[in-house]
Amino acid sequence: MDAFTTHTGRAVPLRRNNVDTDQIIPAEYLKRVARTGFHDALFKAWREDPAFVLNDHRYDGATILVAGPDFGTGSSREHAVWALQDYGFRAVISPRFADIFRGNSLKGGLLPVQLPDDVVAALQDRIEREPAVEVTVDLVERQVRADDLVASFEIDDYTRWRLMEGLDDIGLTLRHTDDIANYESTRPGWMPVTT
Amino acid sequence: MGRTLAEKVWDAHLVRRAEGEPDLIYIDLHLVHEVTSPQAFDGLRNTHRTVRRPDLTIATEDHNVPTTSGPITDPISLEQVSALRRNCEEFGIRLHPMGDAGQGIVHVIGPQLGLTQPGMTVVCGDSHTSTHGAFGAIAFGIGTSEVEHVLATQTLPLQRPKTMAIEVDGKLPDGVTGKDLVLGIITQIGTGGGQGYIVEYRGEAIRGLSMEGRMTVCNMSIEAGARAGLIAPDQTTFDYLKGRPHAPQAADWDTAVAVWTQLVTDDDATFDKVVHIDASKLAPWVTWGTNPGQGAPLSASVPEPRDSGDERALDYMGLTAGTPLHEIAVDTVFIGSCTNGRLEDLRAAADVLRGRNVADGVRVLIVPGSVQVKEAAESEGLHEIFTAAGAEWRGAGCSMCLAMNPDKLTPGERSASTSNRNFEGRQGPGGRTHLVSPAVAAATAVTGRLTAPADL
Repeated sequence: MDAFTTHTGRAVPLRRNNVDTDQIIPAEYLKRVARTGFHDALFKAWREDPAFVLNDHRYDGATILVAGPDFGTGSSREHAVWALQDYGFRAVISPRFADIFRGNSLKGGLLPVQLPDDVVAALQDRIEREPAVEVTVDLVERQVRADDLVASFEIDDYTRWRLMEGLDDIGLTLRHTDDIANYESTRPGWMPVTT
Repeated sequence: MGRTLAEKVWDAHLVRRAEGEPDLIYIDLHLVHEVTSPQAFDGLRNTHRTVRRPDLTIATEDHNVPTTSGPITDPISLEQVSALRRNCEEFGIRLHPMGDAGQGIVHVIGPQLGLTQPGMTVVCGDSHTSTHGAFGAIAFGIGTSEVEHVLATQTLPLQRPKTMAIEVDGKLPDGVTGKDLVLGIITQIGTGGGQGYIVEYRGEAIRGLSMEGRMTVCNMSIEAGARAGLIAPDQTTFDYLKGRPHAPQAADWDTAVAVWTQLVTDDDATFDKVVHIDASKLAPWVTWGTNPGQGAPLSASVPEPRDSGDERALDYMGLTAGTPLHEIAVDTVFIGSCTNGRLEDLRAAADVLRGRNVADGVRVLIVPGSVQVKEAAESEGLHEIFTAAGAEWRGAGCSMCLAMNPDKLTPGERSASTSNRNFEGRQGPGGRTHLVSPAVAAATAVTGRLTAPADL
């Protein structure tokens, strides 16, 4: 995973609530067995509408998605995170994220930034007024900045540290194999095995 | 200070706890299917890691599987299924492939085998893993990175979710099923209502549900945004499990039941949030919009939109506020999925379809959740009732739940579906989905309009 400290780029406002992962990437694209190459699949159905915000050339090259509440609901497909990253997004800002999507994003280094409804709406207004405005997502300072708009966000210290170091979760857990083995020695013998 | 059921199960799986770090939680059962696992196995190979506990892991083929006889013809689907077969072979994981007597939807075969038991932790790269919470397990969906993590370590680093009680007070009225109940709950608390919580379903109406009904309720916990949903085990749970292939045998059975009986929320435990649902207010339920929280009693009308999201949903669904829901005509009826593809669901559909005919022009797919469910249904003659009525009796798989196999809606086509998601395009690009119970689906098949069985 690439480390994330601070990112500055242009943003795109997605004024929709309850953006489920079936919209982010339809199931048809989940048949692929690779982890990359999902750029074309992102918001596949919505992009067929010329009026959809990602088809608005004023937002070309945006790297931060600013969406309505309950972003990433539904299916656990991590392909949703890969598709957003393959398209070029480094962070998603929303008033609320679905739990699994948030977890998947943090594994892959796509930063989910939770801000209050009114702040997200103000940010969307700001971007729509001036699509070229530069937005900074600063994980070090736990801040989002766009000109005079400055908002702090919460993220726990451990997750922040792991993202800033770009650390592999599995590698961290494998430091504790003795603890895992100890735990396994205490499991009751009647618990089921698949073999 | 007492503990909730979820806290007891969590604490019993604590491998490591350290200040300022997530808990490291042991995983008792890892279910694997073809869609969310190939990149995880690649990750293991790339890092020269192996599967720590193949004996706590089991795989099946379900999402891509055609439900008509014959092989997979889509080359991309075939490659994905082939990848699962190669990976299971390489890493020594038990697999139930297409054509195998044990094949089926991942959340149907775990309980069917007796692998899902009270007090366990169960994960799968599939959000409907919450189904297994019906046994008093903490069961939740994970992404592919976490699949790789569990394969490599049999653990997950997790922040402990908050706990929520959903108290379903009173008895469900006649003709109201677990599906209607959970759709009613999601309508009340919303698609984000459970975010950050493990939900424990409690109360008289929950106690009165069969294991199949409890699985339907827990299955859709994720549609309310919950990390997991569970129900304390009781005699209903033990009766379901006894004698299943992987259930404890002989003296172990009594030991296990003694342990499982302790798996209840203590009287002095407190939940972070409590929601009350009045069971007597529930009725056969149907969704009218494009998320599972946009639902209403079938006797109601399409509601007035409250915001731009509702307006967009009505536009997508081709519906006008004020239209009675029972006047909405459908093209297709789908009965199946991990939500409602078990034997009890098929019996409920057969009870409605017995001696009746499917309305002209309506396509009806009835898809058992596993090969074993299919065989059990056929031994009772249910397939003859379905085919005599004019429905199609299919093979086991995820089928029309998610548009990853040949069973799909076409643009503009409208369905009544016993599955779990009515998202835009979920059952096929441009398709329109109304979520219902198996009994309502069957009654709808008869009239061609959204219909409760009592109105036939």
